[in-house]
Amino acid sequence: MTLTPIALDTRPASGNPDAHRHLRALLEQGLPLTPRPWRTLAEQVGMAEEGVMACVRRWQAEGLIKRLGLVVRHRRLGIQANAMVVWDVPDEGVALVGRRLARETAVTLCYRRPRRLPDWPYNLFCMIHGTRRERVLADLAAIVERLGLDDLEHRVLFSTHAYRQCGGRYVREGAA
Amino acid sequence: MHCQIQDLDALDRRLIDSYQRGLPVCPRPFLRVAERLDTSEAEVIARLERLQSLGVLSRVGPVFDHARAGASLLAAVAVPKVERDAFAELINAAPGVNHNYAREHDYNLWFVMTAPDAPELEARLGALEARLGVPLLRLPMLESFHIDLSFPIPWAELEST
Repeated sequence: MTLTPIALDTRPASGNPDAHRHLRALLEQGLPLTPRPWRTLAEQVGMAEEGVMACVRRWQAEGLIKRLGLVVRHRRLGIQANAMVVWDVPDEGVALVGRRLARETAVTLCYRRPRRLPDWPYNLFCMIHGTRRERVLADLAAIVERLGLDDLEHRVLFSTHAYRQCGGRYVREGAA
Repeated sequence: MHCQIQDLDALDRRLIDSYQRGLPVCPRPFLRVAERLDTSEAEVIARLERLQSLGVLSRVGPVFDHARAGASLLAAVAVPKVERDAFAELINAAPGVNHNYAREHDYNLWFVMTAPDAPELEARLGALEARLGVPLLRLPMLESFHIDLSFPIPWAELEST
């Protein structure tokens, strides 16, 4: 599926776009941990509680919100190994390989990106997380075998340090 | 520097396993969660506060789709190893950077730049590239085959390491 950005579509048919933008900015920082979190947010942005919930449900239905829940910092739990595996796949086969990789439980993200020749020949990226490097490499080896990917040139780029790991901040600063 | 996995009891783990997605959008979501996990609303809120303060959770809330929420781009730079920390600091100081990792490759710093829209993204990238003085490898997402960021926590494996 190719995603079409709907970046500025924070203006639903009805309602106040400024309040909606403010709501998004607040949501990006997480829900207040109060018994009535939507009401707390509603008071902050000058909307009704029901209006805030309707907004969130619509963003979910539109796919703007992918999931709603606990956002875990895996490193903090000891899931320290984080490998970006990059593949050089013939263009005509990249969508098929991408879809098959994405179905693997060990694979947490899978994207097609452009090659940047001559420096960068890889056009398919996936992430594999695990407790340890050996475990991630074993998962990868199993995937390569299961999907018959031995012929595809690939590289494993483990992360050695996280300088920053946090959620997106897409709303323009000062918008609220 | 990770927290002790033993500090997370069965209820903490069930919370994490059950609600990386699907937090209900209703007036008292934590009460609904509590009912399903057979505990109290106050207990759920206290657990979430504690998990947040331990740094196990970055937040409780929505994960926006990068491609739809605004503009974003994965970029990489190749910098001398001894100067890596200094380059990483410059990258972190730039507005819109939300991930920044050192990785094992000649391109040794990888980061995600975000912005409200494409022109602002390009402006931010251009400004950062000038500041760093090294060319950015720009790798926009062309197609997503996977849009679910939640990941099952291998508790048993974590216990044994």
